[in-house]
Amino acid sequence: MRQTRRDFLKTITRGAVVSALPLGAFKFLSPKEARAAVESTNVRWGFLVDTYKCVGCGFCVKACKLENEVPYDAPVTRTWVERYVILKNGKMLADTPMGGRDGFTEQKVQEQDVPPKDIAKAFFVPKLCNQCENPPCVQVCPVGATYQRADGVVLVDRSWCIGCGYCIMACPYGVRFFHPVYRTAEKCTFCIHRLVKGMNTACVDACPFGARKVGNLKDPNDPVTKVVLNERVAVLKPEYGTKPQAFYIGLDENVR
Amino acid sequence: MKNHVYRPFIVVVVVIALILVARYLYVPKDFGIYERGFMYGYHRKSNEAEWEAFKVKFRTKEYCKDCHPDKYEANMSGKHHVIQCENCHGVAIDHPENPPKLTIDRSRSLCIRCHAKLPYPTSKRGDLPGINPEEHNTDMECVTCHNPHKPDMEGW
Amino acid sequence: MIEGYVHGIEWTIKELFVYPNEFIYWSIQIVMYPYMTGLVAGAFVLSSLYHVFGQEDLKDLAKFALVFSFALLIVAPMPLMFHLQQPQRGVQVFFTPHFTSAISAFGIVFFTYSIIVATEIWFVYRKYFVEQALALKGKEGLGNTVMRLIYTTLTLGSYDISEEALHKDEKAIKILAGIGIPVACFLHGYAGFIFGSVKANALWMTPLMPVIFIMSAIVSGIALCMLTYIVIMEWKKFRIKTSKRPWEVTAEEVAGVELNLMRKTSKYLLGFMVAAITLELLDIVFRGYTAVKSWDILRTIIYGKDFFNIFILQYTFGNLLPFLMLLMPRPTVRRLVVALSLVLFGVFMMRWNVVIGGQAFSLTFAGYMHYKLPFWPHNIETYKEGFWGAFTIGVMPFVLFWGINKIVPSLKYK
Repeated sequence: MRQTRRDFLKTITRGAVVSALPLGAFKFLSPKEARAAVESTNVRWGFLVDTYKCVGCGFCVKACKLENEVPYDAPVTRTWVERYVILKNGKMLADTPMGGRDGFTEQKVQEQDVPPKDIAKAFFVPKLCNQCENPPCVQVCPVGATYQRADGVVLVDRSWCIGCGYCIMACPYGVRFFHPVYRTAEKCTFCIHRLVKGMNTACVDACPFGARKVGNLKDPNDPVTKVVLNERVAVLKPEYGTKPQAFYIGLDENVR
Repeated sequence: MKNHVYRPFIVVVVVIALILVARYLYVPKDFGIYERGFMYGYHRKSNEAEWEAFKVKFRTKEYCKDCHPDKYEANMSGKHHVIQCENCHGVAIDHPENPPKLTIDRSRSLCIRCHAKLPYPTSKRGDLPGINPEEHNTDMECVTCHNPHKPDMEGW
Repeated sequence: MIEGYVHGIEWTIKELFVYPNEFIYWSIQIVMYPYMTGLVAGAFVLSSLYHVFGQEDLKDLAKFALVFSFALLIVAPMPLMFHLQQPQRGVQVFFTPHFTSAISAFGIVFFTYSIIVATEIWFVYRKYFVEQALALKGKEGLGNTVMRLIYTTLTLGSYDISEEALHKDEKAIKILAGIGIPVACFLHGYAGFIFGSVKANALWMTPLMPVIFIMSAIVSGIALCMLTYIVIMEWKKFRIKTSKRPWEVTAEEVAGVELNLMRKTSKYLLGFMVAAITLELLDIVFRGYTAVKSWDILRTIIYGKDFFNIFILQYTFGNLLPFLMLLMPRPTVRRLVVALSLVLFGVFMMRWNVVIGGQAFSLTFAGYMHYKLPFWPHNIETYKEGFWGAFTIGVMPFVLFWGINKIVPSLKYK
């Protein structure tokens, strides 16, 4: 069969084009996937709490309130510290007066005297927004006023929130509230204004004992990621399927 | 005469059109679906930058040390080196421009955040040196005897 | 002195271990909201029973139920507006709806439903509009001019009231009422979904919630229509008896028709009540039997703190008692009024026990929150989310109905 030079070239070109097309090109990307492929960041903020190290001083709560302009004397707060005292008879006592803003200075728990000899174990658990991978609070916002950034941080648009409170109801961790001044849904932002400047969150900076750490879970060399990967950590209320991204070392089954 | 049955339909179409026009005028142009998809990423994009521009107030020791090297050194050589200046001195914000003077908290209530003795096993709190604030020199401020920058008793 | 206003602090009493941010954020207005939505759905279903299923015995009530459901419809979103912290932004639910949220469905479903009800009313009253517009032509006086303008607008420019055209209207009404039933159920079903889908709330989260809400909605809607009808008819009888001028009917005739109609309607009411109560009891039984993690705290709420509200007020006075009263032979107007009021109260208590009861325990499962309804308001918040705010919402449908009824008279005897 005679082949002209032109035919030959045609075949070659076609073959080259076909082989140059990766198989993936035939897979239809959803707009979301296509955008993610282009804009994907290499950052996913996560948090690590070491409940052994926390002493319940409450400096984190104080720093958070001052840094983030949450009225200091309001009982609501973006982060708080809980105290758990488990007695030898198995009874659990827990409290968080003013979110632990002024530290824990009294032996009384829930207005109850607790003799030291009765205590089996006692510890403090700092809480903050878990920046869940599947945030139910975002899912239920009727107007798109709360959302998750590419780096995982869930924020509230104060100029768009209608103040229905559905997100507050949807959060299993009780991290949301209405800001007393702005009257819109309010929550921990992981101090995103600090993270983007290469700083730590205010609570992490204020903690004297390194009980709190913030890190990039997509960076395998990040100290937080290393602990999360290599050590035994737990998350709060995993049964809700929210995939929390705040990890706890030494989480006790009594912790709520 | 045209079929009257479709008249309400026309009214509905007009109302919907009005809503769409109002929507076009009211909703910011950068409102849309972003990285996390419709379920988690439906928002006004510029709000992210607004949050990122939020004012930093808690500046950490790095901000203090250049102007107050002596205090910084003293603090860093003692057990209290783990504590941020601003935990007691108040948030720096843009000090010394704003505020020109920080209000120092020298109260007992500040110190007993850590040093009120709580006998808690399995918590670091149980290991910290502590006192009973209702018995330990109740009428005195802690700083009378203890140097907060270098609290090893010989500090003063 | 706290800077700003902490929402919920004035009516929440915390007990034992509760997270610092937890308050009763959803208070009385969120009780009113599904209650009002339920009445809308119920009233509409009642009117549709005649239009779609040809339940002739409900003919007299159907027109009234339809117009009344329109009045209720306008009020339905008002509790939400009272509740929102930023009511001026409420319209954003229409502008940037986030459909993964049950509340955002409100925008679309409510809009669709309003259109259906308004259009159905238009078809039912089209002939009347045309007649009025023509009758008022050339009449002097401001009142007549205004009314003429209203009716002329309402005709939408169509004056065709031939047999053929009216027949088309009939057909359109049937179709609209048919579409309306699923939409009404959906409107209220999603109100149940708002609660049922909150996985963070142990009391709310159940797939039965939307169905329970629909059933109790229909119960309350029918009961309210019956009660209002009785009140209006009693008023009419009173006027016939006291006035000197002759009426086209006698008080006895009115009473006969009234009682006959109510007897028939109460059969439908009983049917829906059985369905509602069965589902609610199934929910409680199932929770107790499966006894998952949250049951410990739920039990202390259901059988402890809220026992009076749930078992005495809701089930005994709100369900059992009226149920027996309606079942008793030879109904009297007085007994019906008491029974229907109790039914309405029972459904209200059901809403209360769901909304407030769902927030009576903490997310920690180790603490409680007690709701103290603000009575005398001392600021805008304690009015809006207090007794008088709820009262405002409660009387609004009647005021509106009075106004709407001036334009579309739904109580013309015969």
